[in-house]
Amino acid sequence: MVAITFIQPDGASQTVTATVGDSVMQTALNNNIDGIFAECGGAMMCATCHCYVDDAWTDATGERVDGEEDMLDCAEAEMRPTSRLTCQIKVTDALDGLVVHLPEA
Amino acid sequence: MSGVVIIGAGQGGFQAAASLRSEGYSGPVLLIGEEAGLPYQRPPLSKTYLKSGDEGALALRPAAFYETQNITLRTGLRADRIDRARQVVVCGDTEFPYDHLILATGTRNLRPPIPGIEHALDLRTLADAARLRGALDGVQRVGVIGGGFIGLEFAAVARSLGREVTVAEAAPRLMARAVSPAMSERFAAKHREMGTEIILGDGVTAIDAVGFTLSSGRRVNADLILLAAGVRPNTELAWEAGLEVANGILVNDQLLTSDPAISALGDCASFPDHRSHHLIRLESVQAAADHARLIAKRIVHGPSAPYHAVPWFWSDQADWKLQIAGLARPEDSAEILPDGSVIRLKGDIVTAVETVNNAKVHMMARKRMAGATPMTRESFAAPV
Ligand SMILES: Cc1cc2nc3c(=O)[nH]c(=O)nc-3n(C[C@H](O)[C@H](O)[C@H](O)COP(=O)(O)OP(=O)(O)OC[C@H]3O[C@@H](n4cnc5c(N)ncnc54)[C@H](O)[C@@H]3O)c2cc1C
Repeated sequence: MVAITFIQPDGASQTVTATVGDSVMQTALNNNIDGIFAECGGAMMCATCHCYVDDAWTDATGERVDGEEDMLDCAEAEMRPTSRLTCQIKVTDALDGLVVHLPEA
Repeated sequence: MSGVVIIGAGQGGFQAAASLRSEGYSGPVLLIGEEAGLPYQRPPLSKTYLKSGDEGALALRPAAFYETQNITLRTGLRADRIDRARQVVVCGDTEFPYDHLILATGTRNLRPPIPGIEHALDLRTLADAARLRGALDGVQRVGVIGGGFIGLEFAAVARSLGREVTVAEAAPRLMARAVSPAMSERFAAKHREMGTEIILGDGVTAIDAVGFTLSSGRRVNADLILLAAGVRPNTELAWEAGLEVANGILVNDQLLTSDPAISALGDCASFPDHRSHHLIRLESVQAAADHARLIAKRIVHGPSAPYHAVPWFWSDQADWKLQIAGLARPEDSAEILPDGSVIRLKGDIVTAVETVNNAKVHMMARKRMAGATPMTRESFAAPV
């Protein structure tokens, strides 16, 4: 089990357990986290699962995948260097403790 | 208060239930679905699922979601009849009363009356996909009847698993209903490059246990045959209840049927296209979800602006992601851009943009098409 913390724009935070192999998006949906809509179900066809990875975790979550940046560019909230689509971050043991921030809706 | 009853627990039915709650609806919400198990997404069935077999990844939400959202989920239950006068849905001996009813019954596979059709497998439900996945294991030669999205996605997976694959399409080109001739050609070349045999303009006349025969007399040998020749909307419930049906359950721009207590959405609904003013029926995640959201909002907050969401669609075939923004009519012209993208035009208005592995242009097109004025050829070309 891996712990992931989602922090809302107002500072409210929720720590949930994630299953290795799931995406961070699935983890958010499973726990009904506000701000992750995931309209396309993880097919990289929308940018409604956008998050900002906490600075301490950007190395661990790695690089954006092909095409991800173009989608982020179209997200409702501004794209920052730490922006990722949560559907493209796979939960691994190395991500235990991961903190992601949700954009302003 | 009887609340909202939703028939069909697929992509759109699920979204309607979830959106009713997120819009603040506090009455009872009952989601009835014929398939067993939790509501799930279909797109991966012809893509990643065939490889991974991971059923867990398909569920739209875990069981706990329905509990916390106070959505009553009754799956493995078929709605038999709608009694509009009494506002009840009849399932066997049980009656479920409704204040508002949402029809989200989707489509089923078209099974043309071809001799030997029983030898061909379907790909619509998780049960179909599981069967197909199992069957793929032991075979070498795969035959696909129908060169639409699902047939081609399946063909690409089977080919990547090292199977010999033949796709037979009755129309003169692939995905003919949905993309331009230029895009059909690009994809035909792509599949052929992968080693898949693509046969065009030659329909299937007979099927047997070891292959099928085409109208030209040509023989295709296959140990596994997938039938992917299109679908039919599930409109019987609506029709028998006396609702208007026209290639789908007829709805207005508020997605209401001819009975103001009943809405319809997604694959089974025939709705007025805000841009072309034609009645259309779309088979896409986008339409199902956007319809569901409008209906939920309308139930909670009253009538809103007419439905006008920009259609979008994708199909993953090998390492190519085809993306379509907008919706072209067959008669719309096509302009091929230097990078191989195709824009569809009606006069000066861009009706659709077809791209391959180009999310940037796809998203730009979607954004601009959502604007108050139609996207012209000129505004498409302008830098973002
Ligand atoms: C293999 C496959 C791949 C796809 N790939 C893509 C893709 O890449 N991109 C995309 O945008 N779309 C794709 N689609 C299409 C997309 O999945 C559908 O458009 C979407 O699921 C439609 O949602 P819906 O709610 O209208 O219908 P469905 O999701 O089909 O749900 C309808 C449900 O209603 C139930 N039902 C019907 N009648 C009754 C009754 N009388 N009582 C109770 N329940 C009933 C059915 O059992 C079914 O579960 C794909 C579809 C398939 C099959």
